[in-house]
Amino acid sequence: MSDLTRDQVAHIAALARLKLSEGEQDAMASDLGQILEYVEKLRELDTSDIEPMAHAIPLATPLRPDRASETLDSELAVSNAPLREGTAFVVPKVIGEEEEG
Amino acid sequence: MSASYRTLVEQRDALAAGEVSSRELVDLSLAAVEAGSRYNALVSTRTEEVLESAAAADQRRASGESLSALDGIPIVIKDNMVEAGQGTTCASRILEGFVSPYDSTVVERLRESGAVVLGCSNMDEFAMGSSTENSIYGPTRNPWDEERSAGGSSGGSAASVALGLATTSLGSDTGGSIRQPASFCGVAGLKPTYGRVSRWGLVAFASSLDQIGPLAHTAADCATVLGVIAGHDRRDSTSLPEAVPDFSAALDGDVSGLRIGIPDEYFEAEGVDPDVLSAVHGGISELEKAGATVRRVSLPHTSYAIASYYLIATAEASSNLARYDGARYGRRSPNAKSLSEMYTLSRSEGFGSEVKRRILLGTFVLSAGYYDAYYRKAQQVRTLLRRDFDRAFEECDLIATPTSPEVAFRLGEKSDDPLKMYLSDIYTVSANLAGIPGISVPCGFVRGLPVGLQLLGRALDESTLLRAADAFQGRTDHHQQDPPGWVG
Repeated sequence: MSDLTRDQVAHIAALARLKLSEGEQDAMASDLGQILEYVEKLRELDTSDIEPMAHAIPLATPLRPDRASETLDSELAVSNAPLREGTAFVVPKVIGEEEEG
Repeated sequence: MSASYRTLVEQRDALAAGEVSSRELVDLSLAAVEAGSRYNALVSTRTEEVLESAAAADQRRASGESLSALDGIPIVIKDNMVEAGQGTTCASRILEGFVSPYDSTVVERLRESGAVVLGCSNMDEFAMGSSTENSIYGPTRNPWDEERSAGGSSGGSAASVALGLATTSLGSDTGGSIRQPASFCGVAGLKPTYGRVSRWGLVAFASSLDQIGPLAHTAADCATVLGVIAGHDRRDSTSLPEAVPDFSAALDGDVSGLRIGIPDEYFEAEGVDPDVLSAVHGGISELEKAGATVRRVSLPHTSYAIASYYLIATAEASSNLARYDGARYGRRSPNAKSLSEMYTLSRSEGFGSEVKRRILLGTFVLSAGYYDAYYRKAQQVRTLLRRDFDRAFEECDLIATPTSPEVAFRLGEKSDDPLKMYLSDIYTVSANLAGIPGISVPCGFVRGLPVGLQLLGRALDESTLLRAADAFQGRTDHHQQDPPGWVG
């Protein structure tokens, strides 16, 4: 694979909720293309019978008793909100947006 | 006031003997922070809090109620570990102004031991980088040569110890971010087994790879700090339930009969500095003279590690960093007029270019049509890399390698070439993929710059790593050299 196209980069950026300038798009297309070309080398390996590894140390899902315990109080939980009303986060209006959110 | 201290053990003994107070240790650290400020190792200093903590520690000591041997000793944490009521930025614009509502487990355990958090160290944004240049605070300078990188991403943590701001620090290591800066700055740095130290309160980069560990001048100090921060934590579901051994008790200086494996693939890699290799060979010979036996081993999939690592790490990062949406915490773009603009502009204005690059790569490899070819393939290769280590450890107890293919590079030398920067992690990423522990200790100098010897061990066997590293330091004096930037 060589450079990604500018359209491909724009598509990925949209998925990742990033907005890139045209200059950034070109640079990313070239950088990502170069990195993807490098990782092509993994194709040299036949991995058809190999289990993928998501985690280095096999662990069973830990369980805990279903008991009420202390959690962050709501005042603290919203203490970093850029905009708030009481203990609620305030965000721009959702309904009526033209662009799909 | 007494002379400065290079190790936590010296500080502990001086405190116990009444030769120094915690207040004096803290004053020494604060003076060193001031004197070494041009190296940009710390991004924040807890000036008032450390004086209060030191006073409390001195009071406890006076009444015979010290919490531990670390009570009243200053330590640096990395700016991706949260403490209640304090700022954490991950060197990112998107977290400017964030104040944590809770404690990370490592900070909680440090506090329980009485250790005093001096401040937070500079890093690559969200720990993404190998040079500490991707930081909104500017790069950390190498204490051995100001024009060179301190390594990364825990460059500030390594430089803090090398400069003498504190005797120990904490870093985090996702693909070498403790060991490589330790190597560049001439200090010891330990990445524990994945799951040995709780990740609760460590800002996530790549959750299956991230691990917190100590940096210090000596392996003995790393052992002490690891003993404090290690252990099961129910708040981190990947935290290991295994009991924590007494790491310090393992340091008996005896390596006779220890089998050290030398992986051919690491010594034949392209682009490695031959002078670095000879320093590493010199280090291995020291261990041999101490009674260890050396044998060749093979890790045949080594040349695929970087590719596997950067696919997995970026995939996990793209998912982890989705939480920065401008809604609940962190920076919200003042230019956003709609909900979708709030997401998009907050993220685009808040993240630096390396973070964007990795989010894009991770998003791409997880996207429809590419998942199997990239992400799944990388996970399969991860299995092969793990098997390489399993086989090698049937024939040896430790594996010895260089930590980095080179000594500290110049600031700016690689910052325009992301792939070149990624390739410098060749010796360190495999340990993260396999989940095994690794330590870097200084083993010599090339053109006046420190070289790191990396030792890798079996999962959960930090004791053997630390024992070998401690024995090595008992026979060598590379770790006792002070850099030109020393202000301790």
